Amino acid sequence: MHEYSLVQSLMERIAQEAAGRRAVAVHRVRITIGELSGVEPDLLASAFEIVREGTLCAGAALEILRVKARWECAQCRRPIAAGQVLQCGACGSPARLAQGDEIVLDQLELEVP
Amino acid sequence: MCETCGCGDPHLVPVEVQDRILSVNDRQAAHNREHFAAHGVLAINLMGSPGSGKTAVLEATARAFAGRCRTGAIAGDLETERDADRLRAAGIPARAITTGNACHLDAGMVHRALHDDSLHGARLLFVENVGNLVCPAVYDLGQAFNVVALSVTEGEDKPLKYPVMFRKADLVLVTKTDLLPYLDLQVDTLLDALSRVMPVPCVFQVSSRTGAGMDGWFSWLEGRLAAAGGPWPGHPGHGHSHPPDRA
Repeated sequence: MHEYSLVQSLMERIAQEAAGRRAVAVHRVRITIGELSGVEPDLLASAFEIVREGTLCAGAALEILRVKARWECAQCRRPIAAGQVLQCGACGSPARLAQGDEIVLDQLELEVP
Repeated sequence: MCETCGCGDPHLVPVEVQDRILSVNDRQAAHNREHFAAHGVLAINLMGSPGSGKTAVLEATARAFAGRCRTGAIAGDLETERDADRLRAAGIPARAITTGNACHLDAGMVHRALHDDSLHGARLLFVENVGNLVCPAVYDLGQAFNVVALSVTEGEDKPLKYPVMFRKADLVLVTKTDLLPYLDLQVDTLLDALSRVMPVPCVFQVSSRTGAGMDGWFSWLEGRLAAAGGPWPGHPGHGHSHPPDRA
């Protein structure tokens, strides 16, 4: 259950952005979580509900964009389906994760005076 | 207040951030990495389930490298110094990090532990992470390599069930192989599962108890130690600044 410590990091990052713009409230928080990031979006959302009380995010909507894992050959870029051996059937090169490991704060909507 | 018409609605500003949520940990990990490079330290993050044999691997490794390479360890657990005690008894200076309820180590915890005098001069540093097949994979500590211990008693399907941990692994040690005669585990099935979650499967089958297969692991370490090189000549111990309150 590292989602709580992740939310703490998220709140610190948001506080930093809000302070820089002298925001009085956060209305929207948009984040991206990849399927292979090791973060469970539902747990993250539950942790956010608890941690945000009494903060600038108390009334903020949390939007989570979930990104599916997508593997491809590191050399010839051929797609390699999840669950298959992670080696290119054509050229034998190892696969690389093209997307799906994101843990990113994308966008905030801040209320400024 | 809305500046356009003075209607009293709040003024909402969209702000593009596009930053990793763990950017503070990432910066601390990069700082640890600088330390390791400056001092020619090979840092290994050893992860795995509770009871997967991480400490036993390190005890056997300590015995094998005694007198050849200065080794140190940082051992993370929720409570007790038991692992650090075992490692010290095996001849490795070890510092325990008790995390309380935290399920993983982060880069800041490792950095604070690095200031322990007993770890100075180590060329090979093991960070034995909290026993957990999920959370430790998410946090970069500044290590050169991630090694995952997976014991034969855990079953063939653990790589498929915990793909994030094995995707991050540079090497998997299949441990406790001396127990194979008593189990139904199919090693080929386990290796096939690893090849579906690790792009470059690098696996050694070992028994810390009998020593079987440990030579492969030791050779792998020796190769990485040679590549890590020695300390930069004349580099000061702390010739760079620390972020505030993380000194």
